[in-house]
Amino acid sequence: MLDHPKEAVPGARYLAPGHSFGSISDKISGIITGRTPFSWFIGFLIGFSILQVLLVAIAYLLFKGTGIWGVNNPVGWGFAIINFVWWIGIGHAGTLISAILMLFRQHWRTSINRAAEAMTVFAVACAAIFPIFHTGRPWLAAYWLMPYPNTMGLWPNFRSPLIWDVFAVSTYATISIVFWYLGLIPDLATMRDRAKSPLAARLYGIFALGWRGSAIHWQRYEMASLLMAGLSTPLVLSVHTVVSFDFAVSVIPGWHATIFPPYFVAGAIYAGFAMVLTLMIPMRAIYGLHDFITERHIDNMAKVTLATGLIVFYGYCMEAFFGWYSANQFEQFMITNRMQGPYAPYYWALIFCNGVVPQLLWSKKVRTSVLPLFAVCMAVNVGMWLERFVIVVTSLHRDFLPSSWGMYYPTIWDWSTFIGTMGLFLTLFYLFIRVLPMISIFEIRTLTPAAHAKGDAHHE
Amino acid sequence: MSDIDLSAIRARLASASGPTFWRSLDEVAETPEFQQYLQREFPENAAEWSDPAGRRQFLKLMGASLALAGATACTRQPTEHIVPYVVPPEGYVPGKTQLFATAVPRDGVAEPVLAVSHHGRPIKIEPNAEHPAGGGTSRFAQASILELYDPDRSQTLTFRGEIRSWTDFVGAMAGALSAAQSNGGAGLRFLTGTVTSPTIASQLETILGIYPQARWIQYEPVGGDDVAGALGAAYGQRVAPVLKLENADVILSLDGDFMDSGAAELRYARTFAERRRLEAGGTTMNRLYMVESRTSNTGTKADHRVAVRAADVDAVARAVAAGLGVAGATAGSLPAKVTAEWVSAVVADLKAAGAKALVVAGEQQTPAVQVLAAAMNQALGAIGSTVDYIPSPAARVDGRTGTLTELVGDMSAGKVEVLVILGGNPVYDAPVDLGFADQLKKVAVRVHAGLFKDETAARCEWHVPLAHPLEAWGDLRAYDGTVTIVQPLIAPLYDTAKAPSEVLAAFGDNPAATALETLRAYWEGQFGGGSLTAPDGAAFASFDKFWRRAVHDGFVYGTAATAATIGAPSSIPAAPAAVAADALEVTFSADPTVHDGRYANNAWLQELPKPLNKITWDNVIVVSPRTAERLGLPAQRLTKYQAAVATVTLNGRSVSGPVWVQAGHPDNSVNLQLGYGRTHAGRVGTGIGYDAYRIRRSTTPWFATGVKVENTGDTYTVASTQMHFNMEQRAVVRSAPLPLYKAEPTFAQHMTHVPKYEDTLHGNEWQYDGYKWGMVIDLNACDGCNACVVACVSENNIPVVGKTQVATGREMHWLRIDRYYEGDLDSPTVHDQPLTCMQCENAPCEVVCPVAATVHSQEGLNDMVYNRCVGTRYCANNCPYKVRRFNFLLYADWDTTTLKMARNPEVTVRSRGVMEKCTYCTQRISAARITAKLEDRRVRDGEIKTACQSACPTQAITFGDLNDPESRVAKLRAEPRNYGLLEDLNTRPRTTYLAAVRNPNPVLSPEAAQVPAHGSGGHGEPSPSKSDEHGKAATAGAATH
Repeated sequence: MLDHPKEAVPGARYLAPGHSFGSISDKISGIITGRTPFSWFIGFLIGFSILQVLLVAIAYLLFKGTGIWGVNNPVGWGFAIINFVWWIGIGHAGTLISAILMLFRQHWRTSINRAAEAMTVFAVACAAIFPIFHTGRPWLAAYWLMPYPNTMGLWPNFRSPLIWDVFAVSTYATISIVFWYLGLIPDLATMRDRAKSPLAARLYGIFALGWRGSAIHWQRYEMASLLMAGLSTPLVLSVHTVVSFDFAVSVIPGWHATIFPPYFVAGAIYAGFAMVLTLMIPMRAIYGLHDFITERHIDNMAKVTLATGLIVFYGYCMEAFFGWYSANQFEQFMITNRMQGPYAPYYWALIFCNGVVPQLLWSKKVRTSVLPLFAVCMAVNVGMWLERFVIVVTSLHRDFLPSSWGMYYPTIWDWSTFIGTMGLFLTLFYLFIRVLPMISIFEIRTLTPAAHAKGDAHHE
Repeated sequence: MSDIDLSAIRARLASASGPTFWRSLDEVAETPEFQQYLQREFPENAAEWSDPAGRRQFLKLMGASLALAGATACTRQPTEHIVPYVVPPEGYVPGKTQLFATAVPRDGVAEPVLAVSHHGRPIKIEPNAEHPAGGGTSRFAQASILELYDPDRSQTLTFRGEIRSWTDFVGAMAGALSAAQSNGGAGLRFLTGTVTSPTIASQLETILGIYPQARWIQYEPVGGDDVAGALGAAYGQRVAPVLKLENADVILSLDGDFMDSGAAELRYARTFAERRRLEAGGTTMNRLYMVESRTSNTGTKADHRVAVRAADVDAVARAVAAGLGVAGATAGSLPAKVTAEWVSAVVADLKAAGAKALVVAGEQQTPAVQVLAAAMNQALGAIGSTVDYIPSPAARVDGRTGTLTELVGDMSAGKVEVLVILGGNPVYDAPVDLGFADQLKKVAVRVHAGLFKDETAARCEWHVPLAHPLEAWGDLRAYDGTVTIVQPLIAPLYDTAKAPSEVLAAFGDNPAATALETLRAYWEGQFGGGSLTAPDGAAFASFDKFWRRAVHDGFVYGTAATAATIGAPSSIPAAPAAVAADALEVTFSADPTVHDGRYANNAWLQELPKPLNKITWDNVIVVSPRTAERLGLPAQRLTKYQAAVATVTLNGRSVSGPVWVQAGHPDNSVNLQLGYGRTHAGRVGTGIGYDAYRIRRSTTPWFATGVKVENTGDTYTVASTQMHFNMEQRAVVRSAPLPLYKAEPTFAQHMTHVPKYEDTLHGNEWQYDGYKWGMVIDLNACDGCNACVVACVSENNIPVVGKTQVATGREMHWLRIDRYYEGDLDSPTVHDQPLTCMQCENAPCEVVCPVAATVHSQEGLNDMVYNRCVGTRYCANNCPYKVRRFNFLLYADWDTTTLKMARNPEVTVRSRGVMEKCTYCTQRISAARITAKLEDRRVRDGEIKTACQSACPTQAITFGDLNDPESRVAKLRAEPRNYGLLEDLNTRPRTTYLAAVRNPNPVLSPEAAQVPAHGSGGHGEPSPSKSDEHGKAATAGAATH
């Protein structure tokens, strides 16, 4: 309780007054057991339709080849890698919230961690599509990048950052799913008990793994959560560090930079929090969750966004500074080309979205009023995508030899694959809010005064 | 159906008893047609097989289907190759390639080559270095392999589009000829290209002897015999210059692109480069002054270049001639770009060189310039030293050889009854004012023999498919007159295809003679003269011995023309009427890749970037930056692959095409390239580009004034493989003027900082125990001719991707020639740089491949394992040279049967999703290594020649073992000019470059003669000599951004 010494009940500010254990369970499980709002069907339909675009795009990709995209020589990586990094980055907020904030005992995380973790899992799913399908021969890439023993004694090249990527991302995906599922178990039990149809009860029951809420269950659960949080914490830093190695390990000006790991991690958390806000703000409004996702949650998340945004912006400044300070003509040209070359509008749009717009978050008024905040978050989402575009495309399109400079123009298939993954994300997210408690019921309960009536037993 | 008599029907029905059912009026009328209809089992024309006439029809259809089936299969090979040999051909080892000396014609003149035969299939062209005119190959010769296997080649003999047999053709011709016999063949005409073949010439002479009134017309749209005509008028003998650049110290070229056009280009390129090698401490170079009306490859190598309109070249020629004291030459007013100081400096330099000087006139220049050049050479004493005038190798029968204009005149007068067009495509490429295509209709019997069913074939009654030079026997002369034997490497892919001499035989006394019989008979006759000897001077024991030797060597020794003695010209043609200084001029030139249009269906050449602008798949309207501004033509926007479309109007006819603003192009001049806009080229060449022939007139075939250029406001996609022509102050191509090189030979090595091995993470350099392959490319020698690129395509089965893919940045060439412009827009210095995989010692690509598909070999090659590649493209991204190529789609043609035969079986045909790149021709290395191992020795220096190296006319590329200090490549690497590209990245490239050195005249560019004080701390300076100029470096490409 060192972080909030004045509070009688830890985290009390993060739950509207008047809630009891029962009312929390009723409210959150009611979203699933109650009538589905019409808007859910609309949203799901939209998401599901867009998902079909993804399927068509991937089917055509497999049929024709990577050439349906705009990638070329010199720009060998285009939308696929941009989108991959973007989606992976988005996932980081979920892990940060569920792991690091848990270790730091930030109680306000309880109402947002479930949805944020779901977002992580879905974002990683979207991200994982790209590195596989962007390869020329995905049917081989899918397993040749794995170190499996074979008669030819062939192993992947462990010096390649792409192999590090395989490990980083697959570890990340595994841990994220396990952690998310672990946190769901007590709530799945609640859902099992409250399910109206026998089938639902049975399904929830299977996934609840026989949770009865006994003290020993809780004790083991707490221990497992803590361990998972411990395991996940380095991942928050490592995954995007490794992703940044894809670029930093290369020789290409604009990629070959030591600043990349911290700058990518900060960018990831920044993008992730912006995306959490992007999802939470409408969700909160639609399901009337103002009691659980309070203004203070929103405010806190906006603050994290601002802080990480400033780190990212510092990264941009340093990139430009070192471009000049390096006294290396290729680096100097790279930064000049970003600012004045054919893709300069993208660079300045990026600076505007990620450097200028988030400055609005200094104002508490912006942080606590949802519409402006939502707008800022959308700008950040766009800005972070642009950042990856600028890094990937403007570095590659004009590197060392002017003779081989080129341009990159995305095609309709680039766009449909990108937008299609949003469809996948939306579909998964809509299914999630329909079948799983989008807010952790049992953790919210710990925020009620009743949980602390006999002292702070839970945390002491 | 016969008429039905209604009243009769009515009567018949009325007379019938009982209910009458009838189906139609015909039935009641009982017409014979209806009776027949009732009796027939099948409708008319469906069951004709029962009568004899129908059976004949059936057999015809059957024959046609068989022919068509053969056409689709196209895999006919000599049967000897299918069954095991009882007695194998001499030297034949299954699986090993064999070389056969032959020749590939261009504009009728031989380019001597060795054709590589693999299992009976010619798959590659190599130079025939033993031939007096050999050494290196042209891009066209390399691409002739694809021409041979072109699936669009004409496959059947047709009469008005219907398939006929050769016998039908011979019969029909016999009929036509017997009719012509009566009037001495007054209506008989033969239209050929330039004929250098002694056999064909003698055949035609014989035919002209049989038909005393018949005539033979020669027409070449490009590369004809005009120079000999011009000199013939002045000197009384049809002679053509043969340059001996190896002896020339100072060269003045008057619009002569001698290194990249004309039949002798390979030899000229080689001998010119030979004088610029600067090896082993050499410090002497030749010096080239260039006055040119377009931007040519030769111009890019010039030490001093002025770009003037073609019409202005005459004035420059006269001024220089006057300076040299040529009788009859008086200096008039010079074009603005050429100062009197320039002229006097050139004159002084030429005079100082004396017999070592040389003046060259471009083939497209006026007779006056040709004569002035010859007179200047005479005045300099250069004849015999740097130039010989030899009788033109083109055969003709004096008095009987006419021009195309005369032919069209006769056609329109109705005098021509039988026209035999042997090769050539005059309907497409004849001057537009002649109206050849229209007049052709007036000829009763029109015969066309050609490789393709082209525009001319479409307008001729008879079309005979010609055999490809790699399929047929024949002979040709090289530019120097040396008779070169053309031998087939494969039986014609299509049965009815005939050699040119076989087609001509149909008009002579022995229509059944095969090409080999005709050829042997001719040479047997020549041999009888007894003048033919072996190179050692010994007489041949028999004709058979002579013949075997000639076929083996590919040429007949001692047939090179001897130099003619030319006196003073009878007169120097008067200066043409002055052209206003701002009058717009149009110049025509052969396209650098499809030439006059004959290679339009050759995808290798279509996709070959044009040397100056790197455009593929199109021709453009070239204008200078200043003229573009004046005419309101926007420069191309290469970042979007877009160019404005302009209309060029000359004498009321116009063509429209994309505008290309070319730095260094002369002002007030528009250059159009011939060879595009074909309508019957085939699936590759039909309908691309604009047809410049549509405004080319017979009176002004090369340049004309009175042209109007208008911007249409449209844009057009141009697929250029290079978007940026500015070096951006990077030390990519390193060059210096000769004085600086003399003062500091290692200037190129000081332009960037190369980290020492011990300073890097890698520590010590890896030691290679066996071979250590390396390559050195001499930038001083390369003139950007592109032959290496096509050779690489042919050797390594590199796919063609098409215009759309090129305009997406996906060309597949493993070897590219980068072109950079330096200096101002109006007269830039142009640099070429052939770039392949550098086979880096510390290759950035190898580290990043996740599946280890690109790895270092024990001989230091950066190997690419196609089977292992999954296509992440990380290697291509991380390659600082951007030489890796990715199969974004399925680029290789896996279906077309004939194209499969063109492939090199030693090289994998890559599939979709796989990265590829230069391998230093690893298959050639392996072959040599195996041979060496079998013979228990090391691979000898020079034993392995990469495809690019072997094709290179200037020998700019050297490959070999760096572990052998005596190897040529190791010695070149030790040259002071040697530098590694982007070595500051510590990639340690195995391919290095020898920096370019130019030799400007100190009088004309005093700044180049100044050797700047150069301290020891020069590392990192972009260029010691031109550091001040780099600031204003700009190019046409850069100007568009």
